[in-house]
Amino acid sequence: MRLSLVVGASLASLRANKLRSSLAMLGIIIGVAAVVSMVAIGAGAQAQVLERITAMGTDLLIIRPGQRGTGGVMSGTQQNLTLEDARALLDLPRVRQVTPVVQGMGQVKFLGRNTRVQVQGVALPYLPMRGFEVERGSAFSEAQVESSARVAVLGPVTAENLFGGAEPVGALVKVNGIGFTVVGVLKAKGDQGWFNPDDQVLVPYTVAMKQLFGLTRLREIDVQGAEGADLTQVQADVTRLLRRRHRQAEGSGDDFTIRNQAEMIETMSRVTRTFTLLLGSIAGISLLVGGIGIMNIMLVTVTERTREIGVRKAIGARNRDILRQFLVEAVVVSLLGGLVGAALGSATAWLISALGAFPARIEPTGVVLALGFSAAVGVFFGWYPARRAARLDPIEALRYE
Amino acid sequence: MIAATGLVKRYLLGGQEVRALDGVDVHIGAGEMVAVRGPSGCGKSTLMNIIGCLDRPEAGSYRLDGEEVAGLDGDRLAGVRNRRIGFVFQTFNLLPRMSALDNVALPAHYGDLPDAGARARRALAQVGLDDRMHHQPNQLSGGQRQRVAIARALVMDPAIVLADEPTGALDSRTGEEILALFKQLNGQGRTIIMVTHDPAVAAHCPRQIHLRDGRVVEDG
Ligand SMILES: Nc1ncnc2c1ncn2[C@@H]1O[C@H](COP(=O)(O)OP(=O)(O)O)[C@@H](O)[C@H]1O
Ligand SMILES: [Mg+2]
Repeated sequence: MRLSLVVGASLASLRANKLRSSLAMLGIIIGVAAVVSMVAIGAGAQAQVLERITAMGTDLLIIRPGQRGTGGVMSGTQQNLTLEDARALLDLPRVRQVTPVVQGMGQVKFLGRNTRVQVQGVALPYLPMRGFEVERGSAFSEAQVESSARVAVLGPVTAENLFGGAEPVGALVKVNGIGFTVVGVLKAKGDQGWFNPDDQVLVPYTVAMKQLFGLTRLREIDVQGAEGADLTQVQADVTRLLRRRHRQAEGSGDDFTIRNQAEMIETMSRVTRTFTLLLGSIAGISLLVGGIGIMNIMLVTVTERTREIGVRKAIGARNRDILRQFLVEAVVVSLLGGLVGAALGSATAWLISALGAFPARIEPTGVVLALGFSAAVGVFFGWYPARRAARLDPIEALRYE
Repeated sequence: MIAATGLVKRYLLGGQEVRALDGVDVHIGAGEMVAVRGPSGCGKSTLMNIIGCLDRPEAGSYRLDGEEVAGLDGDRLAGVRNRRIGFVFQTFNLLPRMSALDNVALPAHYGDLPDAGARARRALAQVGLDDRMHHQPNQLSGGQRQRVAIARALVMDPAIVLADEPTGALDSRTGEEILALFKQLNGQGRTIIMVTHDPAVAAHCPRQIHLRDGRVVEDG
């Protein structure tokens, strides 16, 4: 029998039992809607995480002092990164830019207002390397860094907190009691969750080290690889140089750590992918439950239509014709449910995103996958009832009341 | 054409063995019109189901056109039922929610014939129901339903038409019309075998096989 006829017949029989068919579909609808919306949320979260990491620059190595201690016992951070280290790194051929970074908390005052923020002492390349742009005014100059000028660039949130609507550029603020001239305000980047880059103050590292915090060691050195250089290669160069400078013995562990942004992106995408998969599989379980619902309904249908099966066999239907008929019916139910569920799930994902709760992203492959999966559920759970129908003895079936 | 010897079929009913067929020999030639008669429970339907390849005997041999049916697998039997035998039931057994035309076309669809629709129309015309082909079974009278069922039995143009109590659910006047239709089909050369418990119905057939307790007690 032609497949189109079989599909037509199953649609007709589903229409004849609308309530029951919709109930059978409901499980699949919920399952597919759950899968589609969960995967959309997972994919959205993944995109957001990656966007945040890339906002920090993708060709960056972030070098921090290592943990002191042996045998797994950590006992505080070593203070072993120096300005000389930073200068030496800049001479490496595969390195384009380097910035030393020092950090401290600062009480920042302007007239009556007052806010406590993180103060970063940095060199000029810090801004482009970390993807910061100056929205008003300008960054401090090379000369200002060299001369330990008391100049500051404010994060937009900090500026808002201190100045409200007033013009910050050119104003004099006090940081831990020392007067700084505001030369610029950063463009907003958005809260990163663990740290808000919009609420901080950038000053030349020279003035931060000598006057603000009295530091001789660096909190961090950021290195940007040369154009087109392989970041892993750059990391190897940096490691070799620092180990030599720190006179580390052959075979000992590094006394610094390097965070490779490329690796970070890789790791985070793996993590979020796993997260998406997890969400999807949890939702997939509800799809399985939907499949059990289909099996149940199909078993009832087969019993109810025993006599019809007998008649079909009497006029020449083979076992596989009967099998196919009920299998197609199960798949039609699950596919229709899948289509409705995919629409519902996409709508849910869209709504969640529109309400701003989560950055959902509807993945066409996810939708196709969910549909394929629901069809597979139909085949899997329709198989047993269909086989039962196919194996009915024609005489028994015809005698069935 | 039909050569059955020593057919045996037993059932267990409440721990007691019932011999529905107890060594039945039946030989029927092409173009015959035969009534199988006897009281209720004597094994008529059981015999009919075996002849119609819906059931298999436990013992004995059944040859259809010289071919031993016992040697055929399920698919081959389905093929025989589809192409060589037309079955008519007492209670019509039409599929609900399906037009008369679709019901009649069904065997042709199972036989994968491309002209199923045209064949079904011809078969319905043959039983005088071409004006009702788009009606569903529940919109037809009993006699009309049985005509649709006969059209379905004819759509594959089988050599043999089996009918199990075809007039059993009909009033006597409608029953007469159905019997006339069978006679007409027999006149076209088809072999007709009809089960009935009613001697008056059986009287329409030139040959009558009389069963009692699973045995042939009279044939002629
Ligand atoms: N599936 C079955 N299970 C048990 N007993 C059966 C079955 N089919 C038929 N029988 C028994 O076999 C005997 C013959 O049945 P059947 O051929 O239907 O008789 P008839 O058609 O002549 O009335 C009856 O006694 C009936 O009860
Ligand atoms: Mg009977």
